[in-house]
Amino acid sequence: MFGRLGVDALPFYSGIAAGGALVTVLGALAIAALLTRYRKWGVLWRDWLTSCDHKKIGIMYIVIALVMLLRGFIDAAMMRAQQAMALDSGGYLPAEHFAQIFSSHGTIMIFFVAMPFLTGLINFVVPLQLGKRDMTYPFLNLASLALTAAGAGLMLLSLALGRFSTAGWTGYPPYSELGFSPGVGVDYWIWATMLAGVGSTLSGVNFIATILFERAPGMTLMRMPMFSWTALCASILMVFAFPGLTVATLMLALDRAFDFQFFSNGLGNPMLYINLFWIWGHPEVYILILPAFGVFSEVVATFSRKTLFGYPSMVYATAAIALLSFGVWLHHFFTMGASANVNAAFGIATMVIAIPTGVKVYDWLFTMHRGRIEFHSSMLWAMAFMVTFVIGGMTGVMLAIPPIDYLVHNTAFLVAHFHNMLIPGALFGYFAGYAYWFPKAFGFTLDERWGKRAVGFWVAGFWLAFMPLYALGFLGMPRRMEQYSDPAWQPLLIVAAVGAGLIACGIASQIVQLVVSIRRRAALRDTTGDPWDGRTLEWATASPPPPWNFAATPVVHGLDAYAAIKAGRAPADTLPLTDIELPRNTPLGVAVLGLSFLFGFAMIWWIWWLAVLAGLGLLGVILLRAFDDHPEKTVSAAELARDDDTTLAEGRA
Amino acid sequence: MAGKRWAALAATMLLGGCALRDAPIIAPPGPVLHTTAELFVVATLLMLIVVLPVLVLTAWFAWRYRASRRAADYAPELAGSTRIEFFIWAAPVAIVLTLGVLVWHYTHKLDPYLPLGPQPYVVEAIGLDWKWLFLYPEDGVASVGTLAFPADRPLELRITTDTVMNSLMIPALGGQIYAMAGMETRLNLKADRPGVYAGRNYQFSGNGFPAQRFDAHALDAAGWQAWLAGAKAAGALDRAGYLALAKPGVLASPQLYSAYPATLFDAIVGQYRDPAMCRPLSLAAGASRVRTTGR
Repeated sequence: MFGRLGVDALPFYSGIAAGGALVTVLGALAIAALLTRYRKWGVLWRDWLTSCDHKKIGIMYIVIALVMLLRGFIDAAMMRAQQAMALDSGGYLPAEHFAQIFSSHGTIMIFFVAMPFLTGLINFVVPLQLGKRDMTYPFLNLASLALTAAGAGLMLLSLALGRFSTAGWTGYPPYSELGFSPGVGVDYWIWATMLAGVGSTLSGVNFIATILFERAPGMTLMRMPMFSWTALCASILMVFAFPGLTVATLMLALDRAFDFQFFSNGLGNPMLYINLFWIWGHPEVYILILPAFGVFSEVVATFSRKTLFGYPSMVYATAAIALLSFGVWLHHFFTMGASANVNAAFGIATMVIAIPTGVKVYDWLFTMHRGRIEFHSSMLWAMAFMVTFVIGGMTGVMLAIPPIDYLVHNTAFLVAHFHNMLIPGALFGYFAGYAYWFPKAFGFTLDERWGKRAVGFWVAGFWLAFMPLYALGFLGMPRRMEQYSDPAWQPLLIVAAVGAGLIACGIASQIVQLVVSIRRRAALRDTTGDPWDGRTLEWATASPPPPWNFAATPVVHGLDAYAAIKAGRAPADTLPLTDIELPRNTPLGVAVLGLSFLFGFAMIWWIWWLAVLAGLGLLGVILLRAFDDHPEKTVSAAELARDDDTTLAEGRA
Repeated sequence: MAGKRWAALAATMLLGGCALRDAPIIAPPGPVLHTTAELFVVATLLMLIVVLPVLVLTAWFAWRYRASRRAADYAPELAGSTRIEFFIWAAPVAIVLTLGVLVWHYTHKLDPYLPLGPQPYVVEAIGLDWKWLFLYPEDGVASVGTLAFPADRPLELRITTDTVMNSLMIPALGGQIYAMAGMETRLNLKADRPGVYAGRNYQFSGNGFPAQRFDAHALDAAGWQAWLAGAKAAGALDRAGYLALAKPGVLASPQLYSAYPATLFDAIVGQYRDPAMCRPLSLAAGASRVRTTGR
């Protein structure tokens, strides 16, 4: 009846696990209590959970990312503490628990922090930058969010019910096969990432359709803001890469549940999985990083008070990175015994990516050149990124050289390298975007004092936490070590733990920043809709923007459309006001969330009847939506004119 | 903020510098690391041509063009410069071209499948949960949790696993190569001088993973003879002994064996390759002799 689910699934096997479960459950109860206490359930339902508004959806994605960032960071801090103390001793974490933690840390940070963060930013910003009212497929957008949220829910549930995977975020077979990893851990990993992965594929489709076909009149591709360009390239990567992961994890699920032999040691071939995984995995790195590059492009231009240097170069470099990213996956396993010809070819292909990446860094630098740079916290994130990211780029090229890779692959050096790319390269970019677009979303700016403190703590913490890992890699320390016996490693690991402590201060600063900013929102209010003297169209409408973004669709005459209007170089043209249609609220998004969560849950615990029911339910939701003849509501031109307080309207008047 | 960053950087570098004094890449005890270190230095210097200017220019531009200074050469509409853009494309292209040639050359030179001299001493390595079993076909002995070889000959490891994927590396002597069931991979190493070098599995393989280590003893002629004599005096590894060894568990202490079933390595590889043999290792009837090198 309940498949593998039994009383033994409860986390009473260790105090720490029970504690984690307790925190999760209490957290959920506390949120529910607060919502009830302040009578916000109705608001949550009407304004958020049922809304197809791309801005609301974007914000909800980012809320998921920030909540999961806390969970992922706690994992990280636990690992740092364990390794700092585990010289010739078991530390405080049993080996199996340590393995669960490094697996969930990676999975959460990639799939449930970075992906929702960038998807949220793209969702919120791109239609505004393109001068449009919403995504092309608003309901698909809500459904993608629901799938991601269902995956995140499964991740959180894995704390309380059953144990998580110990196979790392990459889930390599044969270790992840049932024979070596019995239990539900790997299945949690498979279904959480698969739901989120399908959500990302659908998001990618939506973004591509929106960006290619939904731009304001006059906005040719080569007039698109850089962030929208990076969003387009990242979306193309999502659509082409994510199915690789979906297929690989699905095949693994079949191996586990139904004794297929795709990747088993016997009849199957684990190397097949490893290829499939990285055919997704390498483009994934650029899915994470390109939108952050886009944020840096917007931020550096805005706060240098200059137009972006070398815009065409930036566009071609971005497109080149996207294209090349599909041709380098083999560098993740130079050590699998391929011939020197193959390894050298993939090594060189990998280094070629450094060319467009280097070009982008220099284009940002020359955007600062002859500017008037204002050190807003988002600009500080960008500058910290530039000086730190180039180090990661350098170590990346080292890893691309097969003979060097043989030595440092699977060591702390590799861990240092990819954190060097993903923290300054991706996360700092998302944080910059958060600080930059927050006033657009909520109508008040974030407190700068705490913002700058957060930058300082994060940057110092990053250097302390990860530079020692490069050294440890050269000292031969493997990744994923629960304990060790080489005394030379311990001092460096203690420094790394101190770095994690500083990052904790950075996160605390961000929480304080949010609280302080909400309390002082009257003083921080931005009534102009354009607090930074921005250059692109999102700043031409009110903050927060009305549900229709722009009452009248703006007409674009060149790059940096809004800056040109403000400087008087272009007219503030708009299309005439007409009646428009906006997507109506729908409870079906929540239905997708619930049903896909149940489906994933059933697949994890092998409760087949429930899986069938939930699957049929999802099909029903799709049919229900397909036969809904009136998913839109009409807003009249008169109503739009009444509420039109955008700068463009002033220009028109 | 910037001050804090530099202090952190300086402290880390100092600490890292001290710790790295003994790192194999700084003081290589074998030819593989020698050559790799040489490649590492050249590659680093080449990349610094691009990286150093970024570090310097970010700081310099931030200072020189800070808003409060209101620099006179402010150029808000400056959208590009053909000359600058030529250089920012051409410089990395030139560096990557150079690096590409180096990578091609060194990847072939340092191919782990190439023996590092005539008559390498061959050892067969089998990854188990969570220990390494070594077979010495030339001398008919075996060891688990410890590896020995004559220092005056290059070493060729032929590697497989009878469990999940493993990765064998002795960082002082050279890089790593995966060990996969049903396949044989190769790793050629050489020590310049006798010594004891730490080796282990680098691919996470479960709870006992931290314990899956061994000491690699590169022995001089006398030491080697003494070691062989010690091994010959130990008991033999039979099928039952192997099957017990292959069960998941951490080794209490390294063991030597005077003998092992002659076809053991081939049987371990073969059991995964021949569908008919897809069942727990049966060493009977001279298991299939399929042999692939993972290539």
